Amino acid sequence: MKYSVFSLLKNTLSGHRNWTPAWREPDPKKHYDVIIVGGGGHGLATAYYLARQHGITNVAVLEKSYIGSGNVGRNTTIIRSNYLLPGNEPFYEWSLKLWEGLEQDFNFNAMVSQRGVINLFHSDPQRDAFARRGNSMRMHGVDAELLDRDRLREMVPYLDFDNGRFPIYGGLLQKRGGTVRHDAVAWGFARGADMAGVDIIQNCEVSGFRFDQGKVVGVETSKGFIGASKVGMAAAGHSGQVAEMAGMRLPIESHVLQAFVSEGLKPYINNVVTFGVGHFYISQSDKGGLVFGGDLDGYNSYAQRGNLPMVEHVVEAGIAMMPGLSRIKVLRSWGGVMDMSMDGSPIIDKTHIDGLYINCGWCYGGFKATPASGWCFAHTIANDAPHELNAAFRLNRFATGDMIDESGNGPTPNLH
Amino acid sequence: MRINCPYCGPRPNEEFNVLGDATKTRPDADKATAQDWLDYVYERDNPKGRLEEYWHHASGCRNWLVVKRNTVTHEVYSVVAARDYKKTHPEGVKK
Repeated sequence: MKYSVFSLLKNTLSGHRNWTPAWREPDPKKHYDVIIVGGGGHGLATAYYLARQHGITNVAVLEKSYIGSGNVGRNTTIIRSNYLLPGNEPFYEWSLKLWEGLEQDFNFNAMVSQRGVINLFHSDPQRDAFARRGNSMRMHGVDAELLDRDRLREMVPYLDFDNGRFPIYGGLLQKRGGTVRHDAVAWGFARGADMAGVDIIQNCEVSGFRFDQGKVVGVETSKGFIGASKVGMAAAGHSGQVAEMAGMRLPIESHVLQAFVSEGLKPYINNVVTFGVGHFYISQSDKGGLVFGGDLDGYNSYAQRGNLPMVEHVVEAGIAMMPGLSRIKVLRSWGGVMDMSMDGSPIIDKTHIDGLYINCGWCYGGFKATPASGWCFAHTIANDAPHELNAAFRLNRFATGDMIDESGNGPTPNLH
Repeated sequence: MRINCPYCGPRPNEEFNVLGDATKTRPDADKATAQDWLDYVYERDNPKGRLEEYWHHASGCRNWLVVKRNTVTHEVYSVVAARDYKKTHPEGVKK
């Protein structure tokens, strides 16, 4: 069913009792042209674009839990393309362009809200670094504005501009950045892929790969063997676990990142504001809750929960920059498992095994990349070669020395 | 998560910095191939479950420790000084 004002009216008149499920729950077929391992945002987007862009509709997405249970439902919903390096910026800008047309494309209200993303700076050298980043963005045709203190104060008057340790000098604004309702992204891609013929198979955990003469021929799952001509891995924090079944070792560590939401408030924060040096960023959801987060806990973890010291650290950083937060109650905190790569940039590539592809290493920047990740991964699978946009995201770049290290931290995943 | 530092006793985890996998051995610079360095510097086993890793008691005694713990439950099995760990694992842990 296409969602429109007419379908809404029609269902209103029948008391909303006749809405049908947004996607089917099929049993797996014996064989698919492509199987995607992992039904998160990236896996679903890959299936969607395989069907829509490349006409490959005999596709299954295998999800070990339910759709939306992983990082696509655990992030802080921010979209932006304010990257510095040439290997990254065109990819993230393409992602932002896809976000801008996504709701029309997959006929689902994902509440894309381009409310602007502001990165605060606190010194002259940091202003120079942000000016450089802004210039790099503009050279890639992306919008960026360097705000001085007065202009910033008009936009976000509630900040502690005269903070003793980190006085605010200004901010780098990307107006086209913003937020998206994350669950709706999972549902929209799932529904869109399903409508194009993709089978979404939930509660189906992959336990191994089957190969024949160096080529992948299918996957062993909790629902039995399923044959496939090509298999794409998109398992986020569990990428290392999935790749290990194919005998691969990845330049990835899994870490836990926490996020938080406060009680609902009247409109207060109109943009996304990031206080990078204090490891704090915040926005306000349409429901009114303040959604905020910080940095990794810092130790390897597969637990979808963190420890209290990081909760305290994030809240302290938040109150330092926004004293008004001090009387607001935190409702919930949760954790997600991040696939931290060795240079902080992702991997979308073929593997050394014929017919096996990999999409991983999103660190904690995977949500904004969802559409372009799916789009590029679909291209890589369909054409057996990367697209120009993900040409730098090679699996072997650590061997060839072509790292894309935005933060310049080297192979220390807990610092990216 | 509390880390039972052999020098300071049980301490909260925010006093520590984590370096990573303690089971690797630095390749011999004279004999190592590019692949050996790739394995050592960039690639990870990233186990789901038991893991041994270097922790630095940065806000405490500043000793390097090897913490054996579980990456799913966050249970800590043992904490030993890195120098003692090296005595019992001179070549790292053979996989």
